[in-house]
Amino acid sequence: MIDRDSPVTEEELHAFVDGEVPADRQEAVAAWLTAHPEDAALVAGWRAQADSIRARYGAVVNEPVPVRLTLDQVMRKDRSSGRSWTAMAAAAAVVAFLGGGATGWVAHGAATGTPSSFDTITAEALEAYKLYVVEVRHPVEVPGNERPHMTQWLTKRLGYQQYIPDLESMGLKLVGGRLLPGPTGAAAAFYMYEGASGERFTVYSAPATSPETALRYKDGDRSAAFYWVDDKHAYVVSGPADKDRLKTVTRAVWEQIDRSGARKS
Amino acid sequence: MATFGQNVEATIPALRRYARALTRDSDIADDLVQDTLVRALRSEHLFHGGEVRSWLYTILTNLNRNRLRSLSRRPMLMPLEDNDAPVLAGPEGGGRDIERALATLVDDQRNALLLVVLEGLTYREVAEVQGVPIGTVMSRLARARVQIKTFLDGGRPALRRVK
Repeated sequence: MIDRDSPVTEEELHAFVDGEVPADRQEAVAAWLTAHPEDAALVAGWRAQADSIRARYGAVVNEPVPVRLTLDQVMRKDRSSGRSWTAMAAAAAVVAFLGGGATGWVAHGAATGTPSSFDTITAEALEAYKLYVVEVRHPVEVPGNERPHMTQWLTKRLGYQQYIPDLESMGLKLVGGRLLPGPTGAAAAFYMYEGASGERFTVYSAPATSPETALRYKDGDRSAAFYWVDDKHAYVVSGPADKDRLKTVTRAVWEQIDRSGARKS
Repeated sequence: MATFGQNVEATIPALRRYARALTRDSDIADDLVQDTLVRALRSEHLFHGGEVRSWLYTILTNLNRNRLRSLSRRPMLMPLEDNDAPVLAGPEGGGRDIERALATLVDDQRNALLLVVLEGLTYREVAEVQGVPIGTVMSRLARARVQIKTFLDGGRPALRRVK
């Protein structure tokens, strides 16, 4: 029976095609379609679309899976390319010798040269984000489990103390980092984090002389960034264009860097 | 109890199907699946229960979005739609039509439609994969269907009707 007080909506028609209409509403929708040929034609059209899609691609599941996609092969390849996290963990012990070696500090003013504007640095950071965030196998130069080594190395290259934030509590694992040319010819540091579903965030740091400390936000089509300056050093946190999530991540990064600065002084 | 690896392995044929429909190229599709598997195995420690299958669809969907993003940053090297290809008759011709129709969809709409229609995910599962409310999934589906209908009704290349 058609209940005149609750006409079938277009959403329900889609749900009907997709088997998402609750059992107690099925009959009403079916009756509605009998009474409304135009809606019935719509539904038939959508079903035909679905049938074509399944006819075109459904058989792929029956194809034998190529050898390179078997888990053994995937794991072997990952390991031989040296990027397996478990293999990296084992290697971490070897890297430990770096711990007592070179001191990380270089004279403070050494690399802080030319002024850099918010726009230049943020643009550089977003470019780096877009360039490396799509890399699956080689997104970084130094993997995330070599944090002490990376801290020392980049501190040396950039000329100011690097602090690599820990975002594990937000479900973001440190993928690693790399050295980049900074906006004014100075060096820049670039750290990448990754969540369980593959979403990536990056922290970019370069010398800045503009004294401005306010947090600023810039968003593009699919990515966005927060920028601030802390003691002559610019930081940019970039990620997918989801402002709230990016703000949460940025706050964590800012707090950790701020706290590390406070401890030292 | 099936292990994490067994659950991943059981999903590979379906991932290949989804990737093939997304990319319309079997090599690119399998690259995408391979990258998805690499990432899944690497991030096993980040996986805290839930459906392995949905999680894998999420990774693949994100990787494909990244791939499209990086393509859009390059000069156009993609082949133009093959309007000059010989007219295909029979069921194969129909397959080409739906393939082209899918290609005209916005990324998010195509993902939603394929996940529901081809992969048999529920609206709720698709909402999780896409990280949006169910209502958004439904409007993406509706828009995808309107667009496909428009394409198939009117957007059919004139060449197809030429003998």
